[in-house]
Amino acid sequence: MLTQILTFLIFFTVVGCILYGRRLIRTEKIDAVFGNPERALGGTHWVIVGSSFLLLIWLYYSWDIAKGFYPKSANELCQVAKVNDSLLGLKYQFPIEEREFKSTSQIKKENKNLILIQNEIQNSDELSSQQKTILISYIKKTNQLIPLLTNEDLLENDTKQKIDDITGKINLLTENFKKPDYPFETEPELNKRLKDVNEEGGWGITKVDAGSGSIENTLEVPLVPATYRGLKFHTAAQELNLISDEFFKLRNHNPQFKSKIKELKDEIKSYRKNLNDNEEVASTYAKNIVKIARRIEFASIYPPNALDKMQAAIIKFENAQKDAQGGLRFIDIFLFPAGTIVASGPSCSEQGSGRWLPKPSDTFNKFILMSKPSIGYKDIPLLWIQMVDVSKMIGFILPDWIADILPGEYPVHTKDGIVKQNFKGGVLKIVTGDFNLFKVPVPYGHIWDSFLRVFLGLVFGILIGVPLGLFMGLNRFAKGFFDPLIELYRPVPPLAWAPLIISVLGIDNTGKVFLLFMVSLSIMIISARAGASGTQLSKIHAAHSLGASKKQILIHVIFPNSLPEILTGIRVAVGMCWGTLVAAEFLAGTTGIGFVENVAKKYFQYEVIWITIFIMGMLGLLFDITLRKIINKTIPWRGKG
Amino acid sequence: MNDLISQNLNMIFKTPKGETVHALKDLNFTLKKGELLTVLGPSGCGKTTLLNITAGFIRPTSGNITLNNKEIDGPGVERGMVFQQGALFEWLTVAENVNFGLRMKKEDPVKTQKKVDEWLEIVGLKGFGNTPTYQLSGGMQQRVALARCLINDPDLILMDEPLGALDALTREKMQSLVLKIWKETGKTIILITHSVEEALLLGERLYVMAPRPGRIHKEYNLPFASMGLKEDLREIKKNKEFSEKREEILEMIWNMEEEIMGKDN
Repeated sequence: MLTQILTFLIFFTVVGCILYGRRLIRTEKIDAVFGNPERALGGTHWVIVGSSFLLLIWLYYSWDIAKGFYPKSANELCQVAKVNDSLLGLKYQFPIEEREFKSTSQIKKENKNLILIQNEIQNSDELSSQQKTILISYIKKTNQLIPLLTNEDLLENDTKQKIDDITGKINLLTENFKKPDYPFETEPELNKRLKDVNEEGGWGITKVDAGSGSIENTLEVPLVPATYRGLKFHTAAQELNLISDEFFKLRNHNPQFKSKIKELKDEIKSYRKNLNDNEEVASTYAKNIVKIARRIEFASIYPPNALDKMQAAIIKFENAQKDAQGGLRFIDIFLFPAGTIVASGPSCSEQGSGRWLPKPSDTFNKFILMSKPSIGYKDIPLLWIQMVDVSKMIGFILPDWIADILPGEYPVHTKDGIVKQNFKGGVLKIVTGDFNLFKVPVPYGHIWDSFLRVFLGLVFGILIGVPLGLFMGLNRFAKGFFDPLIELYRPVPPLAWAPLIISVLGIDNTGKVFLLFMVSLSIMIISARAGASGTQLSKIHAAHSLGASKKQILIHVIFPNSLPEILTGIRVAVGMCWGTLVAAEFLAGTTGIGFVENVAKKYFQYEVIWITIFIMGMLGLLFDITLRKIINKTIPWRGKG
Repeated sequence: MNDLISQNLNMIFKTPKGETVHALKDLNFTLKKGELLTVLGPSGCGKTTLLNITAGFIRPTSGNITLNNKEIDGPGVERGMVFQQGALFEWLTVAENVNFGLRMKKEDPVKTQKKVDEWLEIVGLKGFGNTPTYQLSGGMQQRVALARCLINDPDLILMDEPLGALDALTREKMQSLVLKIWKETGKTIILITHSVEEALLLGERLYVMAPRPGRIHKEYNLPFASMGLKEDLREIKKNKEFSEKREEILEMIWNMEEEIMGKDN
């Protein structure tokens, strides 16, 4: 429903904006001069058109428009695909979609193989001339098997009868298929089918596991025919499967062929038995000849015109089937671009862009589902709040050795098995957070974890990098001493450090925060250094003349003067940290947005992958906008000094 | 004795190419308290080097320079400096810039606020206290720089082409301001300039310096600065003596420049 409204809305918006834009071109005065850069200013309406096009392309190629307007089309196409799948084997026997009869191409292929093997035998240095003669006689005999199958006079009546039988069944199916009330469904059957349809759910529905509360894979295409038209195809497909099985069980083996091939097989068998161990080459050739003979035996090779009626019947069914599809064919062509629904065996799936490009509606629904803290992803919500006792934080901040250095001993249990608390024990409880205070809300979840890692890595990087960078910008010793260290590790792509750091510091937060600290540290050092060494000498001279001490110059002149570089550095560092973090979470971890994407990848949950991509983009944008705001607020003089 | 005394001041630089440049050679002069000295000369004659040594930003190769009998060794509050481009701290407002020196001395903010207001009024920037400095025009920036330097009550004010980057009209106004401040505060001032007219107008004494090696070529004692306190500056420029002096100095500098060019070729 929403998709339908959205599609129309987008359509009208695009048309409206284009009309508005065209009017603007005529009325805007500055537009008179081509090349005036002001002609590129404004244009919100074109932004709307651009975004609308993106959304429209997404809606169209993810087949969401098809889903919005024809929610049952995928299910129907699945039934059609089932018919095609069932008919495929039979159709391939005839030049319907192929260029020649299957029999013709089989004969051509096996003849070619025989000639190949014959040439090899004749040119072989390892075979004696006697062996060659024997092997070539086998090839001749194999070749002579083919006419026994293709000779119409040799075709047995029994086989003829069976072919007519199958043809009759196909014709009957076609007749029935054309009837409007085929497949003659009874009331209880109808009710059962509708119940099954209800249970299975709709196209692209995501189910939540009632037990664990986590999301399961999405139902790609429902299999149970939901519509009457679908049922028709579904039933026809089942019947066709039986017919096709019957045909492929049929063998065109007349008595002459049977005796000839038995003779050949026995002859080769005894020949191979009598060969010595050192005549392995001859044995292999003989084996290959038998293989070809066997392939001829089990290929469905028939006389040229024996299957004509059957071919006509299949074409007739094809036409009837296409007629019955009606409007569905146009839906398939126009609303399922770059792919369609395919069936293989009992299951149907989307093939093409609809598979890896999730539908906006599905993605939205899944996002809403995942945002629910009770569902989340892998039992952890995306972003939620939990109540944490303040005592836990106190226990985290206070080091445990405070209790150790106090005089006295920790309490020891008495012989009655009672532990009597003493002062030292009480302090230990406090420093380990083993007490109750009041609770405060603390955010947690995948998004929060990722955010916190970036934030901590960045803060540590700034706290150490900025002073060190300023120091390096002002002091010959510091620059010389720290430069080799930084220049050695900085050019290495941060991710190259990830495996090492994660295996040393663990897959938890420590490793990732340290990795991000490394990323931000080098950027902060370089930017702070550039800021410090870029300070105008006259400003420093002025500050000296005004009586500022070294420390005061550092705090009141060099630091504020480096602020634009430092803040720009922070902005760069945030971007780098964000990119590195997601990849680091790919490598190892149990929480975080990158972790979610990595797991989703393993289960082919394309919607989740796109959701995580979207979340990462939005968070990255949020960071950047926030920093840009901060920069504009704190250093309005930038570029104006 | 609040005099500035220079004895055998020598400054030798080494260029990156390895050549030695004699920026200042055996400079001897004495500047009495309350005098206004203007220094003029072609580029490369060591004007700015002299100023930087006096300010304490660089150490001379040999010789010494004393202020109040104290050898100058490093920058100090008693020698205020005004730069060509203002060198204002653009992260501070006008008032904060002016207040900078007092804040570094950790003076009482209430008292300093009063002083800042006074000085802003003297330099004609009343009401601009809260303006960010990057929004000011060049002339206004120089006024802030003057106030920032003077609020510290230095014994000696060093001005390195303070009016060089200003347009003609603003320049004239600023010249009057410099004279006014000189008169009202009675400070010793060294002003370096490129403009012969400015050097004549403002200088109670005038040194014309010559390059290679940098030295004092000629010394003048001029009446125009005292005249300028009473008269309009434009009137002085019409003075016959003024024109003669101007032509004489221009000729002198012109010859020096020609000499350098000849040497170069």
